[in-house]
Amino acid sequence: MATAGSADERYDITRRSSGLGRRRLTEQAFAALGVASAVVAVGILGLVLGTVLYKGFSQLSLSFFTKPRPLFGESGGIADALVGSALIVGMCMAMAIPFAVLVAVYMSEYAGPRFSRILRVVLDILNGVPAIVVGIFVFGLLVVGRGQSAIFGALSLAVLMLPMVARATQEVLEVIPRSLREASLALGVTRWRTTVSIVLPSAIGGILTGVVIAVARVAGETAPLLFTSSIAANQISGDVTNALPTLPVAIFAFSESPDPGEQAAGWAAALVLIGFVLVMNILAKVFAANRRKRLEGA
Amino acid sequence: MTSTGYTPAAPDLRRRGIRLGDVLFRGVSLAAALAAAALLGLITWKVIDLAWPAMDAFGLSFVWTEAWDPVKDLYGGLAFIYGTVMTSLIALVLATPLSIAIALFLTEIAPRRLAAPIATMVELLAAIPSVVLGLWGILVFGPWVRDHLEPWLQGAFGFLPIFSGQPSQVGLLPAALVLTIMIIPITSAICRELFVRVPKDLVDGSMALGSTRWEAIRKVLLPYAAPGIAAAILLGLGRAFGEAIAVTQVIGNGNVIPSSWFEPADTLGSRIAAQYQGATSVLQAGSILYLAAILMVISLVTNVVAQLVVARFEKVRRAY
Repeated sequence: MATAGSADERYDITRRSSGLGRRRLTEQAFAALGVASAVVAVGILGLVLGTVLYKGFSQLSLSFFTKPRPLFGESGGIADALVGSALIVGMCMAMAIPFAVLVAVYMSEYAGPRFSRILRVVLDILNGVPAIVVGIFVFGLLVVGRGQSAIFGALSLAVLMLPMVARATQEVLEVIPRSLREASLALGVTRWRTTVSIVLPSAIGGILTGVVIAVARVAGETAPLLFTSSIAANQISGDVTNALPTLPVAIFAFSESPDPGEQAAGWAAALVLIGFVLVMNILAKVFAANRRKRLEGA
Repeated sequence: MTSTGYTPAAPDLRRRGIRLGDVLFRGVSLAAALAAAALLGLITWKVIDLAWPAMDAFGLSFVWTEAWDPVKDLYGGLAFIYGTVMTSLIALVLATPLSIAIALFLTEIAPRRLAAPIATMVELLAAIPSVVLGLWGILVFGPWVRDHLEPWLQGAFGFLPIFSGQPSQVGLLPAALVLTIMIIPITSAICRELFVRVPKDLVDGSMALGSTRWEAIRKVLLPYAAPGIAAAILLGLGRAFGEAIAVTQVIGNGNVIPSSWFEPADTLGSRIAAQYQGATSVLQAGSILYLAAILMVISLVTNVVAQLVVARFEKVRRAY
């Protein structure tokens, strides 16, 4: 194409365009920066997880899981905090999940688009309320005058969980095909039976994913529990009307302790908590993958 | 109504029972939806109600008064507002370019086989409970900042007043850095989703016209996703504003506005968390709640602005 002459020079694709070297350099710098950022992010994760694993693993033993926290110096475990955390998170789930699913059902099955949008904004704002504010809200509403209790702790976690599960569920319900509902309604099935027997079961994978992620979040939440269930005896107890020790609050207390033995226990407790959170997140991924496979198969 | 000969009486009865079920289910779910909305109102009302003694005593001047003196029973929120805004802004400035770069790496540079596991790892970083990050911050990261980062900053930029004074393992800087770690996964995950949703034709078209990958990203992809990026930054900021636990573990809980980033400071959330064992006076309790009210307003505004930006973005996108 480029025979000769300056007139054809600008159509000559073999000629290097002006500043190409500089442009190539910028391109390479950009790629290098991108790689470096990813390395930094993964490096931080590795650093935190590595430290927790390295410092916590040597502390783990059977008695760490079966014995309550010691009062002075003696060897002990975190069984009291494990029992407390399990009870509080369990109660929180019982309070928040049915509530959240009902809210989501109303939004996707009954509410008009306008009201549904308003509710979505309300839930997103509720989701943005800092955990510490939720803690002091429950403290002011219930704990003042009555004292701390595991029930109030569960309630404050439920306030955090409600918008997470409701939004996740509502988003899943929205993508359930209309035809499924219409087929059921056309067979003479009522609206509510359609919702309970057709819509919710086909959304179960997505709902579970949302629930599991929310449980992982609230199980590690410390701020609301500081105000509602932090002043507790270090013993295994199932009395939910009193404050119970929990894993996050125990880690918080360990981290503020000057005693190296307690700090070591803090690392081990952190390892247990991170382990739980990671398992929950992997579980969520499995649920999500199953669901995707089913949708693709259908 | 019928002339076909079969009696509709029995089906009618059943239908009424079915109707009842429908009405009930609708009613219950409506009640749940209204209760969720009422909850937000209840939180707002209760926080203001509890803060009222302090609001009444100090008025709006609480916001610009720097004081926390339980002996004289005199309180103000300025030092904590400053701490919150300052730590969050530092975190924002550090985290935003890094998050965008990570998201670009995952969507535009990395091969798919590499991008998926790295994206999962960044997500896991978001899943680390803040109390664990705080434990790491106080026992490992803080001492490292004191022994290495702060002396280096002082050597290189010692003429700046923000890097003066004694290096310390607790203070404004370590808190801001822990917050940076907390918000990177949030902003980068949102940015990644944004970049994936940018129509491939736009970037391909730009590159087909002869631009390099970086030029296509800078001139086509980033402008297209800009409002979404703004929303992602705001959501990260909202998280940084509200974080209490990890911050309270590493910031040192100072009462005054620090002149150097090495000195202890305090944020709204951290101050509230540090006072959980109880206030000594009605006014102090009210002042803590006043801080909570300010924190709530700040996070509300941040979130609502983020929502509005997202809503606008969606509208523009739909117009395409």
